Amino acid sequence: MASRIFHIAANTFREAVRDRVLYNLIAFALLLTGAAIFVGQISIEIERLVVINLGLTAVSLFGVVIAIFIGIGLVSKEIEKRTLYTVLSRPVARWEFIAGKFFGLSGTLVVNTLCMALGVFAALLYVSRNLNGADAWVLVAIYFIVLQFVIVTALALLFSSFSSPLLSAVFTFCLFVSGTFAEDLRGFAQLTHGFTRWLATGAIYAIPNFSALNVISQVAHGEPLSGQLIFWNSAYALVYSLAVLSLAILIFERRNLK
Amino acid sequence: MRAIEIVGLEKVYQVGFWRKRPKRALNALHLAVEQGEIFGFLGPNGAGKTTTLKMLMGLVFPTGGSARILDMEMDDPRMKAQIGFLPEQPYFYDYLTARELLRYYGHLSGVEPKHLTARVDTVLNQVGLNDSRDVQLRKFSKGMLQRAGIAQAILHDPKVVFLDEPMSGLDPMGRREVRNLIEQLKHDGKTVFFSTHILSDAEALCDRVAILNQGTLRGVGAVEELTAGIRGQSEFVWSGTTISPGLTQLGADCHVAGDTVRAVVPSDRMDAALDVIKRERLRLISVTPVRTSLEDYFLAQLTPVPEEAKVAANGNGG
Repeated sequence: MASRIFHIAANTFREAVRDRVLYNLIAFALLLTGAAIFVGQISIEIERLVVINLGLTAVSLFGVVIAIFIGIGLVSKEIEKRTLYTVLSRPVARWEFIAGKFFGLSGTLVVNTLCMALGVFAALLYVSRNLNGADAWVLVAIYFIVLQFVIVTALALLFSSFSSPLLSAVFTFCLFVSGTFAEDLRGFAQLTHGFTRWLATGAIYAIPNFSALNVISQVAHGEPLSGQLIFWNSAYALVYSLAVLSLAILIFERRNLK
Repeated sequence: MRAIEIVGLEKVYQVGFWRKRPKRALNALHLAVEQGEIFGFLGPNGAGKTTTLKMLMGLVFPTGGSARILDMEMDDPRMKAQIGFLPEQPYFYDYLTARELLRYYGHLSGVEPKHLTARVDTVLNQVGLNDSRDVQLRKFSKGMLQRAGIAQAILHDPKVVFLDEPMSGLDPMGRREVRNLIEQLKHDGKTVFFSTHILSDAEALCDRVAILNQGTLRGVGAVEELTAGIRGQSEFVWSGTTISPGLTQLGADCHVAGDTVRAVVPSDRMDAALDVIKRERLRLISVTPVRTSLEDYFLAQLTPVPEEAKVAANGNGG
């Protein structure tokens, strides 16, 4: 079982690595990080803040684009091209396929993020001349960005298990945007009453809370992050991703591959 | 133990967006395939062949009936380790080379890692892809892809091999190669179940065939058995240029070709036809039985199926 999941994940990783679009996106993200150096230089006294803000935002945005772009085709493309037939006609359970795809894309995103994070640190080193202890929080911010990618991957996989790539992209992107404003939705729910409040509260729990995972601004200002936040964010990302993946498996287990 | 045993397998799809209505893709199918057979699953496009194969592979769920392969249920992972499948018009991960593709499938099929490299090389050799082993599949021709497809289907040395339209889109050379491969599989003791609408291939290869039309089994048996039932005509050839009125009265189909006349007569009127030829003093050249090909039988089965015939035909699949 673990071996089959590993090989499906490795193949997913290999597919992403051999896709030229991926390199274009990474190059573009690194270019944007480089541009942060330029913007930093004309922002006197706040170079470090600008580089971290722009650099991590570029990492986050391009990572999400990669997660959505690749994730939406993980299942539907395999069905459309019928490559899935030769996999599922072997002793491979459908849930193993979904799990393998999830780990494969998550692994790809971790490697990509590490590459882009190296770019951010290089830019930081260039404008600050040295790295200090506060810069370690940048690593935590990057870890939270990776947690966001894991959730986005699970969501893209869920939609990919029952809808077309285009619809999957729309659904995943909408959830990503609404998840970014999850804290605002929480505030809105507190201002409302009755059915609207019930609806807004339901939406808060249903949509992924990406705003809790976005600590770029605090890190850019050198504010420390609590261990509790790191723990709860990790647990939240794990539970949310597992729930979404379980739903994806539940749907995919019953699907006729016409 | 039979290789494949299908009991009342059926599939009804719900079609339509708002108002769902049932569409029967396969009526209750009963079929048994013995081990070591090459079994042809014939039918025109849309007959239900691919649906049947997909159900056997666990890709589509049946709405009724069941099937056992090597005496194991369809969803049994042990069974899946002992079957190979080539889908129709296969498309593989085109960013992989042939060798990488087979290694991937080998891992998924549970081939022991220490034997995998040797097994991949053997199979690549067997399907004639040895020279292209390190070429990415996106550079493969259709024929090469088909061969890669067969390679992945037999990689793990399965006991039963399912091939969906394996000759589709191949040139005559490619078809010959695939035929040879299928014969080799039989020689190695494998059971081959393949769907096709190329009847000459089925006629040349199959021990038995089943004919499916509009989701209903219309006949199953050895090619000779199936065609024997409608082998009922004889051809008379004699010298001359005029059609005999006596033979025409017997219902013969007469044609003048150069200085010979040919007449096809129903076999039960052969004696009467010979009497006419003697009486009219025609110079008989030959009398030969008209051999009915699988194609004739196949075409005879493509007439619309009455509801009661569907039940009767599918009840006699073994």
